[in-house]
Amino acid sequence: MSRNERELRGTAAIVGVAESNLGVVGAGVDTLDLIGQATVRALADAGLQKSDIDGLFCHSAFFNLPTVTAGEYLGIKPRYTDSTATGGSSFVGHLRHAAAAIEAGLCEVALIVYASTQRSSSGGLMTSGGSLFKSYETPFKPTMPVSAYALTTSRHMYEFGTTREQLAEVAVSARQWAQLNPVAFKHDDLTIDDVLSARMVSDPLTTLDCCLVTDGGGAVIVTSAARARTLKKPPVYILGVGDAHWQMNISQAEDLTRTAAIDSSARAYEASGMSPADIDVIELYDAFTINTVLFLEDLGFCAKGEGGAFVEGGRIAPGGALPVNTNGGGLSYGHPGMYGIFVVIEAVRQIRGEAGARQIENAHVALAHGNGGMLSSQVTAVLGDESTL
Amino acid sequence: MTITTVDELSPDTAPGVVYDRYLAKGVLAYQRCADLDHVVFYPRVLCPTCGSGSLSWHESQGTGTVYAVTALHPRDKPAYNVSLIDLDEGFRVMTNVIGIDTTEVEIGMRVRVEIDTAAETPLPFFVPIESETENLR
Repeated sequence: MSRNERELRGTAAIVGVAESNLGVVGAGVDTLDLIGQATVRALADAGLQKSDIDGLFCHSAFFNLPTVTAGEYLGIKPRYTDSTATGGSSFVGHLRHAAAAIEAGLCEVALIVYASTQRSSSGGLMTSGGSLFKSYETPFKPTMPVSAYALTTSRHMYEFGTTREQLAEVAVSARQWAQLNPVAFKHDDLTIDDVLSARMVSDPLTTLDCCLVTDGGGAVIVTSAARARTLKKPPVYILGVGDAHWQMNISQAEDLTRTAAIDSSARAYEASGMSPADIDVIELYDAFTINTVLFLEDLGFCAKGEGGAFVEGGRIAPGGALPVNTNGGGLSYGHPGMYGIFVVIEAVRQIRGEAGARQIENAHVALAHGNGGMLSSQVTAVLGDESTL
Repeated sequence: MTITTVDELSPDTAPGVVYDRYLAKGVLAYQRCADLDHVVFYPRVLCPTCGSGSLSWHESQGTGTVYAVTALHPRDKPAYNVSLIDLDEGFRVMTNVIGIDTTEVEIGMRVRVEIDTAAETPLPFFVPIESETENLR
């Protein structure tokens, strides 16, 4: 018998979050070391022991059989294992799977973990999208992923009149948030002109429209709401998560200006009983400046086509009406290959009131949105504190 | 018109093999499903719209319109474009528009396929259709 996902609302909570070392970790420090470091720190944050973990969630472009490999390094022999691989969005999707598994009794304490030494490792950009079958795109030499996002940007500009200045405002807003975050990778001042005059990579996107390439990792611990209330930090409840993907390749997208975030957010709002008006702070996956514009539209914060005008005038910057990517985002905080776990970590810190100089007042409900592939996979999570139950 | 069913899959009828065989003859080919006539691209063994396992091959006229475009600027090589073209039959391909300064490729531009059958791996590139592009300017 089919059940309503609303029954999962608030049944599980995030009780521990942590980052590994970030930025440039240096030669010889490998991905699994960062996974171990983030795990130890997240357990300390939760006040749990490693032996409490019985569910393991991981994805990586650095190693195959992600949970099996990470499980060995960590010395975790989970009874529930989930290497769901939807690209950078995976870790937001893992929240939903963890909540369902906990509710079904398949595990009680879930560890979601990710790390990458994308910057320090030699051998170029690692992506998890590689394939051994025939491609109808690669013969034409797109530089992926940036060209997929550049094509999307060209279409958004053509249909809606979105400007490069509006996209640059996304990067500038992210940088202003990063300046309030001590562990962000970039702290120097950034202007719209800086973005516009940076080296063009895949027109109309310059290097400063693109996310950083950094090292880093993160860990998130999820358990039942009942157990969460016995632990040391205020629980951050998983109110609802929506998952959607419509295509892998950008040439297979029916409409470049509309992403599967339309579906993922509708599902998350339905499951959580929340709407955009209820959201106090947004953490979304800004691999490129166009992402923020597209997702603000597709997540329902403005109408389709109005995202460019929406971000003008510092609206999403510190002091603006709608706080977006308060850690500095993939554009200025860090982006180690896949960024999804960091939207969850920052959302949790905002709800707990642990965000220091960048803390949003009265942050009770946060939206964490993950993106994977070439605007392919979209996963939206709505998280909230005790007052939202 | 030959209809290939899913059970006939072989090294000779594999969708990618048939597609390349058409390209070698200078033809951009696409499929339609036998049940509901949905246009299918890239080539597959089933219709991604309705799930039909019976598909027929068709020769595209090769004319279409630029749907999206990006000019890439590699540090050490000349700029080139990557474009998405909406073919008039209703499918979309990624390609490079050639025979024009790469920065002049525009969304809405009319283009025609150009396949070099003498190439080791013939590919569907596109060139502008000058007569249909003028009124864009």
